[in-house]
Amino acid sequence: MSTILVKHRDDLASKTGMWFFLFTELLLFGGLFIVYSVYRYRNAVAFHLAAQELSVFIGTINTIILLISSTTIAMSITAIRKQNKKFAILLLGLTIILGLAFLVNKYFEWGEHFKEHIYPGSSILALRGHGDVLFYGLYFFMTGLHALHIIIGLIFILVITISILRNKINSDNYVLLENSGLYWHLVDLIWIFLFPLFYLIT
Amino acid sequence: MKTIENEKNHIIPYKTFLFVLAGLIVLTLTSVTLTRISLGTMTVTIALIIAAIKSTFVLRIFMHLKFENKMFSIAFIGVILLLTTVITITLLDYLNR
Repeated sequence: MSTILVKHRDDLASKTGMWFFLFTELLLFGGLFIVYSVYRYRNAVAFHLAAQELSVFIGTINTIILLISSTTIAMSITAIRKQNKKFAILLLGLTIILGLAFLVNKYFEWGEHFKEHIYPGSSILALRGHGDVLFYGLYFFMTGLHALHIIIGLIFILVITISILRNKINSDNYVLLENSGLYWHLVDLIWIFLFPLFYLIT
Repeated sequence: MKTIENEKNHIIPYKTFLFVLAGLIVLTLTSVTLTRISLGTMTVTIALIIAAIKSTFVLRIFMHLKFENKMFSIAFIGVILLLTTVITITLLDYLNR
């Protein structure tokens, strides 16, 4: 191997850096989960009643969409390592479509709330009492922050897909694909806890 | 490059991912059904236990922790312990006011 062609690369360090970033993300959402637990404890009845207004059906569909998208991006790593570039791109495309589907559902879900004048700062929501304001405040902030992560994840995956098309990511150098996968799985992981805490525990 | 390759030689077959996905969907539906049959105070505990089982699958298989250097798993557990400690201390404070 010619020394000029060898580019220095440290995949383990790259992945370690990604994990450290994910830890900060966990602490960010973890802080919000603490706020949620305290407010829920202090406003148990209001949280119980407000949570019943969320659509368990849309929530379940979105959970399954995210789980499938996590599977497709995980499978794309197997595909790239087996040098099956076309299949890897197909799986990543599928991941992006599923992520967009999640956002479309979220749009309709939030739209329904807005129609009923439920949104942060709404005077009609304020009339319903302090507990409801807290519940919906946390609901919009936490699912909104999660949706922002979905958007960032989608951009990340799109960039990775283009890199695969340009052969910058291949069966020998795929750590960036792994990192985008880790980010996407973290977003899925957070949703795994958001879903029961907002939709199911009523 | 080659030195790191040793521990990453494990290529997870497509089938494994599909089995895990099936398991995760079953767990999701179980969680939805169980919480609909109101089980009182147990509902929160059951929903969170199922969420924890789902996370373990995502972390170990999808996020590759099962096949990765143990350092990653230990660091991850450390972060979770930190979070649970902070949650416990905060709740102890609020429960005893």
